[in-house]
Amino acid sequence: MNLDRTTIQALESILKRVRIIMRSTSFTPALPVTVATLLLTFAAAAAAAAQSFGPTLTHPSSTAKSASPDGFLQRWLILEPIRVNGLTDSAVQAAVRTDYFPNQLSVIPQDGDKVAIGNTNLIWHAVETTNYNVNLFHFARALHKPTSDVLFWAVTIVTCPEEMHGVRLAIGSNAASVWWVNGQEVIGIYGDRQTVIDDGLSKRLMLKKGSNVVRCAVINGGGATDFCARFLDQVDKPLTTLSVSVEEPR
Amino acid sequence: MTLHIARMKLLLALVTTLALASPGLALDGQIGIHDPSTLIQCDGKWYTYGTGGGTLVSDDGWTWRRGAMPSRSGLAPDIIHIGNRYYIYIARNVGAQPRAEINMIWTMSLDPNSPDYKWEEGGVVVSSDGIEDCNAIDPGLFLDPVNGKLWLTYGSYFGFIRLVELDPNTGKRANPNDQPLDLAINCEASTMMFHDGWYYLLATHGSCCRGADSGYNIRVGRAQSVFGPFLDNMGVGMLQGGGKLFVGSGGRVVGPGHFGLLDRGDGLQKFSCHYEADLDRGGASVLDIRPLLWQDGWPVAGENLKEGAYEIESLRTGTALEIAVEGVPVGGRRPRGGQRGPGGGGRGLFGGQGGMIPPQDVAQVSTNWPAGNIELRMANYICQAQQKWSITAVTNAGGYLGSPYFKITIAGTDRALAATADGELVAVPAFTGGPEQIWRLDQLADGTWRIMPKSVPGSNEALALSAVGSSYATLAKFEPSIQKQRWLLKMP
Repeated sequence: MNLDRTTIQALESILKRVRIIMRSTSFTPALPVTVATLLLTFAAAAAAAAQSFGPTLTHPSSTAKSASPDGFLQRWLILEPIRVNGLTDSAVQAAVRTDYFPNQLSVIPQDGDKVAIGNTNLIWHAVETTNYNVNLFHFARALHKPTSDVLFWAVTIVTCPEEMHGVRLAIGSNAASVWWVNGQEVIGIYGDRQTVIDDGLSKRLMLKKGSNVVRCAVINGGGATDFCARFLDQVDKPLTTLSVSVEEPR
Repeated sequence: MTLHIARMKLLLALVTTLALASPGLALDGQIGIHDPSTLIQCDGKWYTYGTGGGTLVSDDGWTWRRGAMPSRSGLAPDIIHIGNRYYIYIARNVGAQPRAEINMIWTMSLDPNSPDYKWEEGGVVVSSDGIEDCNAIDPGLFLDPVNGKLWLTYGSYFGFIRLVELDPNTGKRANPNDQPLDLAINCEASTMMFHDGWYYLLATHGSCCRGADSGYNIRVGRAQSVFGPFLDNMGVGMLQGGGKLFVGSGGRVVGPGHFGLLDRGDGLQKFSCHYEADLDRGGASVLDIRPLLWQDGWPVAGENLKEGAYEIESLRTGTALEIAVEGVPVGGRRPRGGQRGPGGGGRGLFGGQGGMIPPQDVAQVSTNWPAGNIELRMANYICQAQQKWSITAVTNAGGYLGSPYFKITIAGTDRALAATADGELVAVPAFTGGPEQIWRLDQLADGTWRIMPKSVPGSNEALALSAVGSSYATLAKFEPSIQKQRWLLKMP
């Protein structure tokens, strides 16, 4: 369990109040300890549910969520950043073709999973954004991780109510990014660029009925970094009937 | 104007019936004609009729040949298709000018090989007695899209351009006893069109029939009623000689006249006219077809596309079409902070490299490009080789209304833009002339271009180059109300 500083301070305050109660009443020592333990457990669970990665990212509070009214995919599993360098087509392609961890292009991690890259353990975090975009700068800074010259892997699972043909994945990213749908690379956008809605579009593709895995690698040079993604239908209107989850449906 | 205009027109028309060579990107084939009618389509072929019985026919609107004369010939005919009838109105002098009359004939087909090809006489529709302030020649037909009424404007210099109503069921006068209404003066070859709530009266000013010394030019006024008053952009009435210039002489052509509207739907309009003298064709009078644009509520004559190298920029996104290769900055890569000069001196962050940086040499920067097909995408235009396209007419590939087909290749290479079977785009390594590699480019009303492959493999759909994201281009059905398929062609 990862608790942020605010949560820890809140728990310390609760314990302090419990001790005050112990000293000022005739309660037996066992009772306050039990109460404190319960409070601690409750507060920790609440803190986990409300875990924040900055002003716009939280830990998902339910299993699945519909795409936003504008079709944006707002739930993602994101791996803590990996150090890389370069935003040109060739540098980005070389970065995403480097094997950092096993099954890099097929794994569907769980929240809290760790991968070892060199001597460093990096953690996958489930996040939900309140905006159309996922702010990776907030994400990395909240975890005290680097935000420049880094690569973020992100995965989400999109559940489609029926098989859909002729749809396109539409993405934007700061900066470069490469995207896969159900294991197929479908888009790459390169260079030092800002996130623009529907900046890059895939060719027309098919979404299966049920689960579809969307994966991306976003590479930042310096400064702000974020991404956004949605699917467009055959007439380029956002698909809003999709369900988005960070867990594979059972 | 002199009293000999009509005779001169007839003489000139006979001269221009000679077969003419077809250099450049003007229309191809035999295009000699004077006072052409509005172009009209019948069973897939295009037709126009001129003074002296000059008839031109085309299978595609690009390459023209001589056609069959109708049962009547005369001065400056105009034609309209209503229901199953093609009505031609043809003027003739019936004495010394301005004594003239306009006759109507009709047929159910313009193709002499059709069983429906049979000209019927419709009689005299309007006339001038030689005394009144009108010369009843140069008919122009207008079917009002607002109420379906059919109108005829006519007249040539001797006084007024006049308006009468016709019966669209018969082509004859709706109310023969009604007095014609005066609309304009001191012009000829009038016709009307409707656009965005306004009626536009187009008429030709200046003198005809003097080759490269002809002052013909087409002018326009507008009104909110078919009855006028038609005013130009300066507020001068066309009954006082006003008229905003629509198109005059320019380039290698002199004396445009006899406007004919070609409304192709989906916001695409063109117009036909003749030039009194095409300097590339020995000063002969020839047919032309050009884009019709609109600016601030006024029609503007567009230019036919000129071959050359272009940036192809999406009006929607502002990004430019390019092949998906890693670009090289013009002048080479440069470290942030500027380069150091000899001896440690430097020009600093904003000092440049010194001297002129030449345009990027595609041969140098393309060495790492893949040998096979390359995907397409769009990006900010920064003057790089993968963003510059040569647009070149393809010989012997036919054409479409007013234009040949084009190939679109990365400038300095043979890598050609092509449509794919899944309705996407690719750059093939070499142009082979397939229909998926040849393109039609039509200029739209706002001056942007619609770009369409001649055909998409395995599809009968007409698709247009479309920007569906900032960085992506595809093919999609043309939607005139949005900007996805509007492209700017900029000289790099």
